[in-house]
Amino acid sequence: MSKRRDGLTAKERMAIPRAKMPEQDAQARASNFEEVPLGLTPEQAMEESKRCLECRKQPCVHGCPVGVQIPEFLDLVGQGKFVEAARLIKETNILPAVTGRVCPQEDQCEGDCTLFKKYGGVSIGALERFVADYERNNSIVEIPPKPKPSGKKVAVIGSGPSGLTVAGDLILEGHEVTMFEALHEAGGVLVYGIPEFRLPKEIVKAEVNYLAKQGVDIQLHKVVGMSIAMNELLEEYDSVYIGVGAGLPTFMRIKGEELNGVFSANEYLTRANLMKGYLFPEYDSPLPPGKHTCVIGGGNVAMDAARVARRLGGESTIVYRRAREQLPARGEEVHHAEEEGIDFQLLTNPVRIIGQDGKVVGMECIRMELGEPDDSGRRRPIPIEGSNFEIECDQVVISIGAGPNPLLIQTMPDLEINRWGYIEVDKNNRTNIEKVWAGGDIVTGAATVILAMGAGRIAARSIQAYLTGQPQPGTEEQQEEAS
Amino acid sequence: MTGKILVNEQVVPNVHRLVLDAPMIARRAQPGQFIMIIPDAEGERVPFTLSDWDIEAGTITIYYQEAGVSTMKLTALKPGESVHVVVGPLGRPTKIEKHGTVLVGGGCYGLGAIYPLAKAFKEAGNKVIAMLEARTTYIVYNEERLSEVTDEIIVVTADGSRGVRGHIKDGMKVLSDRGEKIDHSHFVGCTFMMMLSAEATKPYGIPTIVSLNTLMVDGTGMCGVCRVLVDGNTKFACVDGPDFDGHMVNWDMVFARKRGYEGEENLAYQFHKCRVDGAISQNAKSQEAV
Ligand SMILES: Cc1cc2nc3c(=O)[nH]c(=O)nc-3n(C[C@H](O)[C@H](O)[C@H](O)COP(=O)(O)OP(=O)(O)OC[C@H]3O[C@@H](n4cnc5c(N)ncnc54)[C@H](O)[C@@H]3O)c2cc1C
Ligand code: FES
Repeated sequence: MSKRRDGLTAKERMAIPRAKMPEQDAQARASNFEEVPLGLTPEQAMEESKRCLECRKQPCVHGCPVGVQIPEFLDLVGQGKFVEAARLIKETNILPAVTGRVCPQEDQCEGDCTLFKKYGGVSIGALERFVADYERNNSIVEIPPKPKPSGKKVAVIGSGPSGLTVAGDLILEGHEVTMFEALHEAGGVLVYGIPEFRLPKEIVKAEVNYLAKQGVDIQLHKVVGMSIAMNELLEEYDSVYIGVGAGLPTFMRIKGEELNGVFSANEYLTRANLMKGYLFPEYDSPLPPGKHTCVIGGGNVAMDAARVARRLGGESTIVYRRAREQLPARGEEVHHAEEEGIDFQLLTNPVRIIGQDGKVVGMECIRMELGEPDDSGRRRPIPIEGSNFEIECDQVVISIGAGPNPLLIQTMPDLEINRWGYIEVDKNNRTNIEKVWAGGDIVTGAATVILAMGAGRIAARSIQAYLTGQPQPGTEEQQEEAS
Repeated sequence: MTGKILVNEQVVPNVHRLVLDAPMIARRAQPGQFIMIIPDAEGERVPFTLSDWDIEAGTITIYYQEAGVSTMKLTALKPGESVHVVVGPLGRPTKIEKHGTVLVGGGCYGLGAIYPLAKAFKEAGNKVIAMLEARTTYIVYNEERLSEVTDEIIVVTADGSRGVRGHIKDGMKVLSDRGEKIDHSHFVGCTFMMMLSAEATKPYGIPTIVSLNTLMVDGTGMCGVCRVLVDGNTKFACVDGPDFDGHMVNWDMVFARKRGYEGEENLAYQFHKCRVDGAISQNAKSQEAV
């Protein structure tokens, strides 16, 4: 990397205070769906980027699941070259405006930053978001020139972050790419799951449009396995990528789950986000505001649901069976939720949902305490006998995880899956079926946007090698050729 | 263009027949499956049973009753216009086997929806009896089409204005009195009619399938709003059904869950009606927000 122009010493860099991203006031935002963090100013961004110490070992890059060239892009930001910075990131991460907002940076790049412990890591996420927004808002997103057609056809099933990555990578190679999406909007969890106030849908739209402009044929409301058979795709396309996510809701199997007012997190968030239920009756799909909504679970999905409930005007409570330190959600989301007045009932587990005339009127819970560590290394919560109590509520959202949707997979009896129903792949994300790759949540189980994109990138490279008759990445043959 | 309306007509009071251009769906359709329609950009996703299709013409047919905001929006659409989205076919196809004598019973939209079932059972070598239940004689429809694919049609009217007086159970009695042995039955219609029909076949020990029409959002097994209890197990009507054993369905739960959004459904209907009538301007919401 070329020498920095600003000539600051390490000491001077460390003396720069970490940028604070302006946020919408907690009171105000608890009743609207607009984005919470407002983004950095150009001055803030340039200043923040100068905090980077340019460590030789680049721990941040190692902490990034897709290896974004972080110090290099920070240097460009420092020089005010925002568009160049955005383009550099896009070489490894096609959705920086998305990941800048939703990646758990504190566990990845920023968590590995040398400054993390003492000063707080460089705000890589905020800067990534800044440059991507800058490029988009100033309409300087360039459509790359059309590559020479390869004559090959690729089908991508599912338009979540992993499918978008595969489509984006392979269209640049000159292949004809068709993306099939079951729902009526592209983006996967980015449109149906993650709420507007965390990820404005305009951004996802812009990214999807960018692919469409490059020539990706986006086939909405086509459920592969139903509207089109897998066999048809295998006949018509040279390669098929399966990125259908982990969209099967899990219920708790407790009494009262059939009651009205009990939702899976998927239903609740889909009504809110994809169907715009928060604009009911302007939009037709109802999402009635609860007086008191209890959300069971402690992950990002649970935080999202609780924060939606709060914004619809009711009281909102998170009910989680472990302790605060064990909440799987990002610290930032928990913090935001608390600021917005969401109540946390920790070390609490629901026993049954109480109904009257078919509707939820409350939930019986039991207090828990932490016992010995379990398989996951976390201390196992054990019920405290006789500690049962009731919470009055009229809505319950169950957010205890998701599984693989069998809809497509059950039409492919030869496809190798593991005992939980997720697809088995090799290190190039190839399945056991010729011409078929898979990646994202349908392989790993519910994970993160960036991991889904990383899987898409690996699969795209492997598909590219396959379509051009090159040896597969990572094989001895390939390494020989490369050396 | 997919979703273009070719026919949208009222066949009898408050039952409408909608024919859409949808070659991809027609090509894959099988008896017992459904589609989902989003009437317009602000609309919800609503399921309808596939009641006929024509692969060559690339068309599909559904029957619907105006019952809420979505179907009200549908009735307003004219041939040449399009629905916002149509997706399908969805759901597991009906198991078509040779049973011997098969009774297919329909009520309201089911009079239309049983046609593909009757046809498939007939083609599989069954003797097919169709039983059409209606409140009164002038709301019976689709008889001619059904007569092409059935051995017999029995009309049952609640007011006795035609055929057997009463409900499916009274029709069943007529069959049993004449010594007709029914080996299999399948009912499509409103929830109440399907429940009563399943009750009616039970004493005779006739295997009974019902096509449940629960609330749905995605129709692909992603949200769970369509969950029903069948023989004590939770099933998703959109992907595990819509066909279930009528004697095993927990009907109380089906009814309770169908009423889940009654208040909102009314509100949406009124809101849309007012808007159509001009009482609420298109941007009422944004004005409120200012
Ligand atoms: C509410 C919520 C909040 C989250 N928050 C975060 C966060 O803050 N940070 C983070 O990193 N991760 C977060 N995640 C996780 C992250 O969104 C997922 O890991 C990621 O989206 C997985 O991407 P994917 O491409 O594998 O699948 P998905 O995004 O699930 O996309 C799959 C797509 O395939 C479609 N599909 C399914 N079956 C078919 C079929 N048969 N035919 C055609 N299309 C089909 C689906 O409709 C869907 O659009 C969150 C998840 C949820 C639910
Ligand atoms: S409609 Fe969503 S799971 Fe059936």
